[in-house]
Amino acid sequence: MFDQLSDRLQSTLSEVRSRGKLSEADVDRAMREIRLALLEADVNFKVVKSFTAELKERCLGAGVLDSLDPGQQVVKIVNEELAKLMGGAGREIVLAPSGTSVILMAGLQGSGKTTACAKLAKQLAKDGRTPALAACDTQRPAAIEQLVTVGGRAGVPVYEKGTDPDPVEIAEWALNRARAEDRDVLIVDTAGRLHVDEELMDELAAIKKRVKPHDVLLVLDAMTGQDAVNVATEFAERTDFDGIVLTKLDGDARGGAALSVKAVTGKPVMYASTGERIEELERFQPERMASRILGMGDVLSLIEKAEEVSDQQQAEELERKIRKQEFTLEDFLQQMRQLRRMGPLSNVLGMLPGMGGAMKQLKGANMDDRELDRLEAIILSMTPEERRRPEIIKGSRRKRIAQGSGSTVQSVNQLTKQFAQMQKLMKQLAEGKMPSPESIARSASRSGGPRFTR
Amino acid sequence: MAATWQDAFELPDGTAAPSAPEPAEPEEERRGVLSRLRDRLSKSRQALADELTASLGETLDAETWERLEETLILADVGAPTTARVVGELETEAESGSVDAPEQARERLIELLAETAEPGNGRIDLTQRPAVVMVVGVNGSGKTTTIGKIAWHLQRELGLSVVIAAADTYRAAATEQLETWAQRAGCEIVKGSPGGDAGAVAFDAISAAESRGADVVIVDTAGRLHTHGNLMQELAKVRRVISKRLEGAPHETLITIDSTTGQNGLRQAQAFSEAVEVSGVVLTKLDGTAKGGIALAIAGELGIPVKLIGVGETLEDLRPFDAREFARALLGS
Repeated sequence: MFDQLSDRLQSTLSEVRSRGKLSEADVDRAMREIRLALLEADVNFKVVKSFTAELKERCLGAGVLDSLDPGQQVVKIVNEELAKLMGGAGREIVLAPSGTSVILMAGLQGSGKTTACAKLAKQLAKDGRTPALAACDTQRPAAIEQLVTVGGRAGVPVYEKGTDPDPVEIAEWALNRARAEDRDVLIVDTAGRLHVDEELMDELAAIKKRVKPHDVLLVLDAMTGQDAVNVATEFAERTDFDGIVLTKLDGDARGGAALSVKAVTGKPVMYASTGERIEELERFQPERMASRILGMGDVLSLIEKAEEVSDQQQAEELERKIRKQEFTLEDFLQQMRQLRRMGPLSNVLGMLPGMGGAMKQLKGANMDDRELDRLEAIILSMTPEERRRPEIIKGSRRKRIAQGSGSTVQSVNQLTKQFAQMQKLMKQLAEGKMPSPESIARSASRSGGPRFTR
Repeated sequence: MAATWQDAFELPDGTAAPSAPEPAEPEEERRGVLSRLRDRLSKSRQALADELTASLGETLDAETWERLEETLILADVGAPTTARVVGELETEAESGSVDAPEQARERLIELLAETAEPGNGRIDLTQRPAVVMVVGVNGSGKTTTIGKIAWHLQRELGLSVVIAAADTYRAAATEQLETWAQRAGCEIVKGSPGGDAGAVAFDAISAAESRGADVVIVDTAGRLHTHGNLMQELAKVRRVISKRLEGAPHETLITIDSTTGQNGLRQAQAFSEAVEVSGVVLTKLDGTAKGGIALAIAGELGIPVKLIGVGETLEDLRPFDAREFARALLGS
């Protein structure tokens, strides 16, 4: 696969370093790699073709700086151009200054509309709005029950009338009710429909005509392939949607469909759904998506997430402890919990550039959230004294901890060993010797990897 | 080649092939459904076929290969599989066995059909009870597929089915399945929301045994293949099933949404690693998506497509036909 386009480009172009300018043959080879990477990412074939044609022009004109290698240079250009194509200025959803604004959600079956409705409602509520949900999916069995449940989780009222009335009527009724109950946003969930289903597309257009939404959002699965273009074109024609909610980005799909849709319809991606939890909906970041499509990681998102969950004071305290080498298992536990608040481990690691390979290693070692659960259990089975001074954990203490946490003596051993190693690493850090990622990886593999329990 | 529902399933020895099914609806209405389906399918495909035929030109040249490749890539077959199949065709053309564009297309259909059919395409229902587990990512059509399989087995093949509603996670998943169970007229075993999925599967097999039911279909919660903990949970459900009944599950089907792009390959791979997938159900083929990723899955992982979903009605779940699928990929 093309986990590291930048690596491949760099090796493709490694021999042209210091020639000063990229030749046409060099660029053609680079374009081939880019085309393959974009196709692997599900960017539409036609979009890829026109994109690489433009890209080629720009690369031919670009001089190669001595300090950068040509591969890097091309990567930089690709990234810039992609971000340009993806983005433009992101836009917010449009809400009326007074009265009840309506947001209409549409999309194919299984794209994640119902969940997206609840997530959006939760976000709006967090921003001080008073949203309500309208259940207009009368097609799929139990769709209404699902909306009621997820609406409940979001703490937002759900207006439903069962499956008998016409969805157009339900939408209008819900809007009147939202107005009467002084709700400032009504999010209308609709049935999933195929873009070629005339009847249902007519119905969607009718709902739109009746409730006059301020924004229509197309919900698009990030795993969508080449067909995204047809879907988006058709929905754009029939509903003239304003923006896209890209769902299931917590998987490993590159999400090239988002690029295709933007290129073909000009409509921006506004939100990205990144997990199963109700609060996992983010404002969409074009530059980051560009990197993801190219398989280059997403450092920005990671940093932002880390900032979101960590508090400044805690961070300073931690730094002091590391400097003074007072970092205990207690602190470790706290760190671990913080890491987990950033979302599932696979998400967090996936955002690191160059982690494609490391991710696989971790998978091999089964380092996932379950593993963290076990670690937590072990630490929680220690006394405060033991957490501060793990070196006192010997014979009977080890046994007690193993029993208390439902793990084995070996696992407890491994944890304390690894912790000692970590302390050593921190000591180096404190002394100003920044260890290279390789040495961290080496030290991890020396101890047999993070295989704490089994 | 599977073409009818009777052909799609492998039934126990000694069981007489079930008699021709009672038409579920009056003959006329039935024809209506099928022709409506054909219309829907042919609309976009015809346009593509015309375009392709016109663009292939009179002679075989670089242009021809490029056109064919483009068509396959646009069908989500993916670059590696496309390159392999078209490359094979090109080699044959060089050796002189294929010399006109139209002939090349026919030969390509054969090559694609071969790729799409690795091993046994039938669903194994030879054991009693036969346990079929259905897995897949969120929104790929598991619950709907199960409802339809249950309906066909119960109503058309005369088998008695127990559905295990082991998706205890998604809101209202059980209610959705209950509706289908009612339509199919089969039994359903439920758990509590958030309850243990393995326990539901366990109970369903017990229920099937005590009532002498023929087939147990286990629904599971949709999950993204990248969530290691959820995949482990799925593997556990499978372990519980095989501990309860030796040799079970006899079939593990993954639902793949035909609009899915290259990620489908990773889905199939990850689910296979967790629960040994034995077949693909390619859903939602009634749109403009071609579901070419199923070809990549078959070609690279050796997992055959067993059923396809082409619409929302009960008749719209059908046995897989490799040649028809290959033709559709090329838009004919």
